[in-house]
Amino acid sequence: MSEGHSTYTPKTGIERWFDARMPLPRMVYDSFIAYPVPRNLNYAWTFGGILAIMLVAQILTGIVLAMHYTADTNLAFNSVEKIMRDVNSGWLLRYMHSNGASFFFVAVYIHIFRGLYYGSYKAPRELLWILGCIIYLLMMATGFMGYVLPWGQMSFWGATVITGFFSAIPLVGDWIQQLLLGGFAVDNPTLNRFFALHYLLPFMIAGVVVLHVWALHVVGQSNPTGIEVKSKTDTVAFTPYATIKDAFGMIVFLFLFAYFVFYLPNFLGHPDNYTIANPLKTPAHIVPEWYFLPFYAILRAITFNIGPINSKLGGVLCMFGAIVMLFLVPWLDTSKVRSAVYRPWYKLFFWLFVADAVLLGWLGSQPAEGGGLLTLLIGEVSGNYVGYAQAATLFYFAFFLVALPVLGLIETPRRLPNSITEAVLEKNKGAGGGHPAGATSAPETKG
Amino acid sequence: MSATDTQDPNRRDFLYVATGMAAVVGAGAVAWPFIDQMRPDASTLALASVEVDVSSLTPGMSLIVKWRGKPVVVRNRTEQEMKDGETVNLADLKDPIARNANLPADAPATDANRTTPGKEAWMVMVQVCTHLGCIPLGQEGDFGGWFCPCHGSQYDTAGRIRKGPAPENMAVPVFKFISDTKILIG
Repeated sequence: MSEGHSTYTPKTGIERWFDARMPLPRMVYDSFIAYPVPRNLNYAWTFGGILAIMLVAQILTGIVLAMHYTADTNLAFNSVEKIMRDVNSGWLLRYMHSNGASFFFVAVYIHIFRGLYYGSYKAPRELLWILGCIIYLLMMATGFMGYVLPWGQMSFWGATVITGFFSAIPLVGDWIQQLLLGGFAVDNPTLNRFFALHYLLPFMIAGVVVLHVWALHVVGQSNPTGIEVKSKTDTVAFTPYATIKDAFGMIVFLFLFAYFVFYLPNFLGHPDNYTIANPLKTPAHIVPEWYFLPFYAILRAITFNIGPINSKLGGVLCMFGAIVMLFLVPWLDTSKVRSAVYRPWYKLFFWLFVADAVLLGWLGSQPAEGGGLLTLLIGEVSGNYVGYAQAATLFYFAFFLVALPVLGLIETPRRLPNSITEAVLEKNKGAGGGHPAGATSAPETKG
Repeated sequence: MSATDTQDPNRRDFLYVATGMAAVVGAGAVAWPFIDQMRPDASTLALASVEVDVSSLTPGMSLIVKWRGKPVVVRNRTEQEMKDGETVNLADLKDPIARNANLPADAPATDANRTTPGKEAWMVMVQVCTHLGCIPLGQEGDFGGWFCPCHGSQYDTAGRIRKGPAPENMAVPVFKFISDTKILIG
């Protein structure tokens, strides 16, 4: 977008000195001040900035927590309790970090769903989308390993179940599992390497975020209409317009975050994790953190063998397959139109998919009971969680593998406006003149 | 460079390939220690076998020892439990394989094959559910064996899966009686 026509003019001597040697001020100016953004971005577009601030918050709180934490099976649980009771402000930092992980995932899920709704993954933004998927994978690995560190019952048994996935791989599965654990079961070597990796991965995330933002600045931001920027009137300057809007979004988001940190700090956690890990006793009901629940439901939905693939391997394959689907989205969607605003059928299926993902999340928190899909069809409707999970899993994959390719071919999209400017002016006219359609106020209006 | 060097494949091609291969082997040799260090270390492997004194176990009693970080149950079964285990029709079993590390991999899951010859009263078994790794509770469930509270898998008195989502019988580790009252596991 901005390459080749930088509008930066160094004003002071220091700026000129830098500009001739390492033009960092120019890069900042071009990327965060003069950078043109579509004038019609709504609040769904503020989550990129929110995610950046959550990453920084997690790294900062994480580094100071690491100064008080001990990664040893005999000491880890107590060192976390020491942080909670003895370390000055330790309770606050730990609650910020544990709830911060949850809110990081809240923001990333909204960010991903926004991309799906507005078709942000379509050419030329495929690589941008895939870099985002890689960040999401790294986040999941980081979140999982972080949850092991307090060495509570859920830490231990969550780690046992999740590393157990790898034992389902034929031939080399046990070898890989032992490689991950550093032993035959989750133990001290596991805790130590998880701590080291939990410290490393956020910086890898930060690295991929740099690539993500780089790719974004090459292709430019998508927008609610899905129409590419065509003229200067389609855009506004990043500062002050996007800066202020992002800042407002962050403040609202951080209000909600602070509410959880101060008033519901353990709402998203599990009471069993305040019991020290016991390798000889399993909690009655193992559940992962809430942000993994949809995938956990998919894992457990496969209770039957599929040809030579047994139910355990089948569940693991489906669970990883559910994430692989996201990577393939740019090529699964055949529609020429990006935004769901102009795609009535896709819009319907998108919201069904959101409902399906939420349903899977709820099912992941329920016990894996019931006879399955076949008994669901013949009337076993109460308590048949496995049956619902199988139906929801089927819809999850059908959305990607059937709805996305087929809808693009058969759906008649609504008429697209000629430009972003036209869409904005049309909308303001339709809104009944609540906002004057003057060019100065239009960028700030939203649907 | 002489004229013959321009023919394919020439000396230079050979040197390219040889250098490239040396670099690949070198990179592999450097990478290996970084992977190797993640495998179970000597102190973990040193705990790979344990000796258990079972002289105190009268029929109907069990004890649990930690072996390789997992619980291993040693149970001196009652007459009734042995009879229940022996009278099972092998066709009724969900997993027809013995899963006994002391026997060939395809041994059928008879009651005798789940134990060791001459000591059929003794069950020695990794008490970990083959579903998702929970610890089942002993002497519970419909079959009088083990019951997993996580997802409802039920095992019989020989630790064979009979009902529920678990795919396999619970594993019998490598073990032997080194005397009448001592068992070496691992």
